[in-house]
Amino acid sequence: MKILLRGLTKRFGLQTVLDAVNFEAEFAHTLALIGPSGGGKSTLLRLLAGLDAPDSGEILVNGEPLPQDEERLRIHRSHTGIVFQAYNLFPHLSALGNVMLPLTEVHGIDTATARDRAMDVLKRFHLAEHAAKQPAQLSGGQRQRVAIARALAVDPAFLLLDEPTSALDPEMTAEVLDVIVELRESGKPIILVTHEMGFARRSADRVAFIADGGVLECAAAGEFFENPRQPAVKQFLERILKY
Amino acid sequence: MQAGFFIDRPTSPARPAAKAVTIIILLLVYSGLCWLAFSHSLKNWEQVWGYRVTFLNGWAATIGISAAALLLSTAIGALTALARRSAFLPLRYTAAAYVETVRGLPLLVLVLFGFYGIANAVGWNDRVSVGIVILSLFSGAYIAEIIRAGIESVGRSQWDSARAIGLTPVQTYRFVIFPQVLRQILPPVAGQFSSLIKDSSLLYIIGIPELTFAANQINSATYSTFESFVPLGICYLVLTLPVSLWTKYLESKVRYET
Ligand SMILES: Nc1ncnc2c1ncn2[C@@H]1O[C@H](COP(=O)(O)OP(=O)(O)OP(=O)(O)O)[C@@H](O)[C@H]1O
Ligand SMILES: [Mg+2]
Repeated sequence: MKILLRGLTKRFGLQTVLDAVNFEAEFAHTLALIGPSGGGKSTLLRLLAGLDAPDSGEILVNGEPLPQDEERLRIHRSHTGIVFQAYNLFPHLSALGNVMLPLTEVHGIDTATARDRAMDVLKRFHLAEHAAKQPAQLSGGQRQRVAIARALAVDPAFLLLDEPTSALDPEMTAEVLDVIVELRESGKPIILVTHEMGFARRSADRVAFIADGGVLECAAAGEFFENPRQPAVKQFLERILKY
Repeated sequence: MQAGFFIDRPTSPARPAAKAVTIIILLLVYSGLCWLAFSHSLKNWEQVWGYRVTFLNGWAATIGISAAALLLSTAIGALTALARRSAFLPLRYTAAAYVETVRGLPLLVLVLFGFYGIANAVGWNDRVSVGIVILSLFSGAYIAEIIRAGIESVGRSQWDSARAIGLTPVQTYRFVIFPQVLRQILPPVAGQFSSLIKDSSLLYIIGIPELTFAANQINSATYSTFESFVPLGICYLVLTLPVSLWTKYLESKVRYET
């Protein structure tokens, strides 16, 4: 997968979060986005997802520019698997209902086929026995796994995960990270915002550091952690790896 | 019986028997007091009984008007709530002006102005339908606020998630927002239904033969104030108490599930 940002700018009021970012990354499986809080990781991910529109500049995914109009952005989103930090699921629907909704309503798949497909994905993530439960009856880790299942069930072109484990305790974090590793093995490209440095190091192909309105550094995971070039990145890693 | 028998605190709850005993004693005491105070004025039942058909017709009219107004005001309320969230400013402000005006006026003023002012001017003389429309416009403004609060109580993350999976705005309302709003607003809308039943009594002022009108008529014909108005009160309570209990039940249900 290849993404290219050309003069990408995003402002919120007077604050310029992404300032004319030029960036190119090609990776086989996983690109990890890391950086300090408030650096603009989520903002970039939302632009890639087509949830927000940039103020200027453009994004090319595999050479294709992201559309500008809402209707075609909606179609882009429907072919992209998007998972946020928390509250992804619709609380009035069961786990199965959550996975089925985009299949039947967005992709026009008939109910029986959609149910089979949704059950297959839930089984794959060891969630079959929880299919009938509502989100309130699931643990945080199970909820995030259902959210990933929902994103994956539509057979998206790629997945965007924004700190999918940061609201979870260590055990649940591990269970969700296992799922992400499995995704990686299945060959779906993933762009992942994470604070789990160990995970980024082991399972990402490339790591990009986002701060101060842009991408300060991007390198292969091993190189990024062993030998960061930018002093700001060095400092960040030292601070975060201290404990 | 100890002194603490009638005391109910979270730390030392009363026995279930205490609640039943309290209710029975109070019923006896209060009905006894009422009997002492009013028994001498409650004796003209035969004459009032002759008007029972008028009374029952009035009761049926009250139920019919309230039910029709509930349906119409729910539709008005839903459309107004959506209009208040519209991106199109003229629509949004019109809805806001309607809600604020109606909520700022007493129902009696609306009934008088709506009937003698507007309906008469346009030659619309069917009192019952005018009454239903006025009541619906009144209640619709309150239901619009209930629905709006319901929509606003659905978190931003739900809109984001709906957009993320590629739902259109209309689909988002249909599959994500309204099902959640419905559960939230059922208790207050049920409460609004109870208000509608009570508020419909004001329609007697424009001569709609509903329950209050009937009781008033019987009172004028028989000069039996208590015999006319005690059944009137009971008939309203028979309608509103179940609704009120149902509302409480719905409230407890919503609370436990979220
Ligand atoms: N909808 C918004 N309205 C106004 N400001 C926003 C909005 N979204 C983000 N910001 C601002 O943009 C900046 C970048 O936010 P962003 O969420 O992208 O950071 P982040 O790198 O994801 O941080 P974190 O690691 O804490 O999630 C922050 O200063 C934030 O306050
Ligand atoms: Mg973020």
